[in-house]
Amino acid sequence: MKIVACIKRVPATETQAKIAANGKGLEPAGVEYMLSFYDEIAVEEAIRTKERVGSGEVIVLTLGPAEARKELVECLAKGADRAILLVDPAWSSRDSLSTAKLLAAKIGELAPDLVFTGRVATDTDSAAVGPMLATLLGRGCVTDVVKLTIEGGGKLKAERESEAGIEMYELALPALITCQKGLNEPRYAGLKGIMAAKKKPVEEVAVQDVPNQIAVETAQLPPARKEGRIVGTGAAAVPALLEALRKEAQVV
Amino acid sequence: MRTATHAQYTLPRLEHGLELSNDQLAIRDMVREFAVEEVAPLAHEIDENHRFPVETWKRIVELGLPGIPFPEHLGGSDQGTLAYCLAVEEISKVCGSTGLTLAAHVSLGTYPIFAWGGDKLRNAYVPKLIAGEYMGAYGLTEPGAGSDSGGTRTTAVLDGDSYVLNGRKCFCTNANHAGTVIITAVTDKSLGPKGISAFVVPRGIAGYHLEKGEKKLGMRGSDWASLVFEDARIPRDHLLGPEGEGFKTFMKTLEGGRISIGALGLGIAEGAYECALKYAQEREAFGKKLSDQQAVGFKLANMAMECEIGKHLVYHAARLKDAGKSYGKEASMAKLYTSELAMRCTYEAIQIYGGYGYSREYPVERMWRDAKLCTIGEGTSEVQRMIIARSVIGRK
Ligand SMILES: Cc1cc2nc3c(=O)[nH]c(=O)nc-3n(C[C@H](O)[C@H](O)[C@H](O)COP(=O)(O)OP(=O)(O)OC[C@H]3O[C@@H](n4cnc5c(N)ncnc54)[C@H](O)[C@@H]3O)c2cc1C
Repeated sequence: MKIVACIKRVPATETQAKIAANGKGLEPAGVEYMLSFYDEIAVEEAIRTKERVGSGEVIVLTLGPAEARKELVECLAKGADRAILLVDPAWSSRDSLSTAKLLAAKIGELAPDLVFTGRVATDTDSAAVGPMLATLLGRGCVTDVVKLTIEGGGKLKAERESEAGIEMYELALPALITCQKGLNEPRYAGLKGIMAAKKKPVEEVAVQDVPNQIAVETAQLPPARKEGRIVGTGAAAVPALLEALRKEAQVV
Repeated sequence: MRTATHAQYTLPRLEHGLELSNDQLAIRDMVREFAVEEVAPLAHEIDENHRFPVETWKRIVELGLPGIPFPEHLGGSDQGTLAYCLAVEEISKVCGSTGLTLAAHVSLGTYPIFAWGGDKLRNAYVPKLIAGEYMGAYGLTEPGAGSDSGGTRTTAVLDGDSYVLNGRKCFCTNANHAGTVIITAVTDKSLGPKGISAFVVPRGIAGYHLEKGEKKLGMRGSDWASLVFEDARIPRDHLLGPEGEGFKTFMKTLEGGRISIGALGLGIAEGAYECALKYAQEREAFGKKLSDQQAVGFKLANMAMECEIGKHLVYHAARLKDAGKSYGKEASMAKLYTSELAMRCTYEAIQIYGGYGYSREYPVERMWRDAKLCTIGEGTSEVQRMIIARSVIGRK
């Protein structure tokens, strides 16, 4: 089975966010990067699926800066077979649709049976690229998947969690799955994997520019949290607490 | 006349000068993740219960950590001493015991067989030690001979095709799980230290048994035991290196081992510093964060700076070894500095935590107890000063 896992290089979760001087995004100086959390689950599922099926190829694909090679190599170390880096000088300001178009063009060429993406990227938090990709590729898509089984005859069973409960889907290959926490426990690369990754190919491809359709006007940090207040102690304080929760916080 | 403008230097770009290579970074990051997710959650419990976590050891083996500095044909990954030190450092940041387990297995339990074993012993044991079939241990210290290991009393007498061992070794790390123990014994009493030889003792031979190790101050999640030899016979070919060179072999082993104990001390120091920094940024007193109190801020500044110094010393010694240069003095400096640094950082971390630091609920008192091993094991701080002094003053 030919499988593509789409991944994204994102600022590390510990990054202390600062707004750049142009007011339109994150100040890049001093930021460390990592593989987006849900993409790690996507890569793991791609590798597991190949292992379960017993044959095939896992290709990791990203659109990003040349430095994103680091995240790709990390995926190769975990067991992906090869990597493709769509080198994009405008990666940090790209919108979801233009990202999806560029990825879709490459995936169209590769024609994999199955595509995995993370549920959402931990930086932009849009959860858009996966479903957009499926639409552009004309593929069946289940989002936020927590369990996946490969059935015979080119069929998949996917479970997704929603507010309402667990939804179970059956869909046919070729398909696209966006991966939710709980689908698997991603592995560590290990020394063997890290060594093996050095011999695996990373192909760099320059991308044709596709215009954005939305742009960030201004970016702001969230307002500082207000200090907490102790309204009293013991049972006697309950009425005052309820009052504060209703009137001040307006949460009950 | 010279102009007053500053001269323009073109500095060479730091390639791998003080930077880590991509492979080293990948290994460090992988071990860091493993340490935080799988080693840290057990650190408190194994300390409380004096328990060696077999499950953690299995994972360390699965990830290939025991093979980092050894060549691929023996099952290793040939990544050198520095990458191996990064692994010890990352693990030791969250759990000194587990860092010690790895350092003792690799530097003391495996390296001597790799370096001096010859093809036969090397091929028989090193792949199994790397693959984690069993652990390796190293018995130099005796009840009556520690720093003065030239005073070894254990004897080995050649009898036909075997050596017959008699004597006792103590404080032997990893011994209960070891498939092989490397020991020193006197083969010719008349020659002093030149009459000491090294041997590989396989598990399960008659006349060799273990005695349970005492409870410890720290490093309680690390295993140790005493070794007792009563007419224990080992094959003659289990002599490690030439007869009479055991003392030299062991001193060389310890030189390498000290770099990894340097990484262990460094890891503990950094772990304590990171805890203290986080705590000081959260806890408030007198209307501001502890970290905003200058006295605390200065402590943190010193810890940060000294951890950086420690890093340079340890990485430098490791790089010298990897480059095939002499590294004995630098290894001792790295080990001495980071051992004492680990004591300072853990001590100050407890101070910054106040009463909570003294309580078992928080990790810094454990780190302090663990750190103390570093100034004792693989040559005490006094012994390191003797080595450094000898090296700088010169010896006739
Ligand atoms: C947790 C732990 C694990 C260990 N694991 C191992 C192991 O796996 N294998 C192994 O062989 N050993 C191991 N050891 C033993 C360790 O290496 C010795 O304890 C150490 O070398 C010191 O020897 P000693 O305890 O006999 O102390 P001594 O040699 O008796 O020293 C006592 C004190 O006197 C000082 N001193 C001694 N001689 C001099 C001198 N000439 N000048 C100035 N000061 C001096 C020492 O520095 C020390 O402060 C371990 C120890 C510990 C605590």
